[in-house]
Amino acid sequence: MSKRWTSILIPVLAVILGLLVGAVIIAISGYNPIVGYTQLWEGIFGDSYVIGESIRQITPYVLAGLAVAFAFKTGLFNIGVEGQLIVGWFAAVYVGISFDLPAYIHLPLAILAAGLAGAFWAFIPGILKAKLGVNEVVVTIMLNYTALHVTNALIRSIAKGDTTEQIAQTASLRIPFFEEITQYSRLHGGIFIAILTVIIIWFILEKTTLGYELKAAGFSQDASKYAGMNVPRNIVISMVISGFIAGLAGAMEGLGTFEYVSTKTAMTGIGFDGIAVAVLGGNNPIGVVFGAILFGALKYGSLNMPNPPAQIPEEMISVIIAVIIFFVASGYLFQWLYEKFSKKKGVK
Amino acid sequence: MSLTDTIAFIFYNAIFYAAPLIFTGLGAVFTERSGVTNIGLEGVMQIGAFTGIISNLFLHDIFGGATVFVSIMIAMIVGSLFSSLLAISSVTFRSDQIIAGTALNMLAAGATIFLVKKLFEGKGQTPMVKDAITRFDIPVLENIPVIGKIFFQNVYLTSYLAILAAIVGWVILFKTPFGLRLRSVGEHPTAADTMGIKVNRMRYIGVMISGALGGIGGAIYAQSITLDYSHATISGQGFMAIAAMIFGKWNPLGMMGAAIFFGFAQSLSTIGPSIPFIKDIPTVYLYILPYVLTILAVAGFIGKSVAPKALNTPYIKGSR
Repeated sequence: MSKRWTSILIPVLAVILGLLVGAVIIAISGYNPIVGYTQLWEGIFGDSYVIGESIRQITPYVLAGLAVAFAFKTGLFNIGVEGQLIVGWFAAVYVGISFDLPAYIHLPLAILAAGLAGAFWAFIPGILKAKLGVNEVVVTIMLNYTALHVTNALIRSIAKGDTTEQIAQTASLRIPFFEEITQYSRLHGGIFIAILTVIIIWFILEKTTLGYELKAAGFSQDASKYAGMNVPRNIVISMVISGFIAGLAGAMEGLGTFEYVSTKTAMTGIGFDGIAVAVLGGNNPIGVVFGAILFGALKYGSLNMPNPPAQIPEEMISVIIAVIIFFVASGYLFQWLYEKFSKKKGVK
Repeated sequence: MSLTDTIAFIFYNAIFYAAPLIFTGLGAVFTERSGVTNIGLEGVMQIGAFTGIISNLFLHDIFGGATVFVSIMIAMIVGSLFSSLLAISSVTFRSDQIIAGTALNMLAAGATIFLVKKLFEGKGQTPMVKDAITRFDIPVLENIPVIGKIFFQNVYLTSYLAILAAIVGWVILFKTPFGLRLRSVGEHPTAADTMGIKVNRMRYIGVMISGALGGIGGAIYAQSITLDYSHATISGQGFMAIAAMIFGKWNPLGMMGAAIFFGFAQSLSTIGPSIPFIKDIPTVYLYILPYVLTILAVAGFIGKSVAPKALNTPYIKGSR
């Protein structure tokens, strides 16, 4: 099998298998999988409201997935998208409520603040990896929880409670036209930012020297060094860009979906789902869009599953996504099956 | 409070919070020493906490006073089976260990709440358990002046079992042939293979030990601290156990020291207001302390932490 062919075939097979395994689990748990999946479908495409909300859910998934995928291309595992998203969310809301500016300055400023906050949070593991060779997985995991507690403390100090006030409308991503056509869903203009970011990142990776160098470091650090590339610098740049994108995902929540930020007892989950999106999308910017559409839509659509008659808890979808990721990650499984299968044929 | 009272209070709280971390952290040591990162320990703890609480609720009438320990045993077995998913995908089918571990976390978070809702008519939280892990005085030792009061009166049995487990873990890892084999497949699998050690089998054992210990850790946490199970029961304790393992330089005793210290930091955020000096520190510093210290540790500012060499690489026979 050619590489190009398997890179599309494996995710597709994994999704089909994941949904099948999900159906079996639903059936064993005493629910009806056909009714469940029908409601899932209706929860995504049922009317203009849920379509709007599904796209709204897909928006941060595109960015979170892109952040993970971009770092992956340079051979870095940014498991800290979650933390970068949380600080980005806070920074965006902070700028959104603290300033009184015209919209054409206020909105870009708030978005930029989110990106920079995320970039700063990712700079820490980047510089530690570049200068001291510290494993970025460990540092980013630790920074996730640090971000959670630090932003909680900051929210309490500026809000005198657990939730900040609403951001000024000059910093909002709200688009009245979207609200009108989707029965007042929370669909916002962030989707354009997400698509634009995908195009820019694709361009950087495929058409610029920087992108070439970053990918080269991902293939072989030794070879890049030998070719005269500055590998430590590229590691820092890659992490910072990845963190910037993750921060933008936070801005989608802070300036679009919620327009405020509140304290959290647990992670948002978007950053970890971003890993799933990147894995399914083969770490390719275009693949990430497909991964985000699938997982974002499933995640939102699942909210319709607990309704009667299906009455399936929506957490089922996390199980299905996890199973899909197991299948995609275990690509060797398919190769192994393929070899077994072709061997048997040979014996006949 | 007298000084002895204060010290006793701090110490017992520290090891109370540390017990789940020590068990899970010991699991992290075993899996990583065999060459497999188990990021999924957070999820394993969730499975352990969930299994512990459910067993406790449903077996209460059968086992009475022994319910808690029966529940911990069940959680151990379920945790081990759950973590075998990581072994199957990353050892046999060569998936990226970090990705498989992340999938494990997602699976645990989804599956446990799914089952809670299934079992308790759509509610996302279990009822409180009737039997919790209780405190007792250790016979004889409690009568030692001063020390007896600080260390041996009114303590949780699980805290001492955790410390004992860490010591036993250290002996197994560094003083037995099994421990040597386990460490060898994590450092140099090709050499180990040449010596006739079955690399993948050792790694399965390492991962499944981590699942068993993580299951125990989760069950202890839920049955001594939260007393019920919901989505927020385990939030970060698994990662904190991994942090303790790194901070303790992949050594069970170092890990135990780190876990007690992290337990101390965690307990301060709850008991801090009743202790002079500490009540003036904003709790956020206490919350982030374990994580920040771990970053400093891996960065080499506090001694050098070096991971097993073959960590994160699947072993493929015949490749060099």
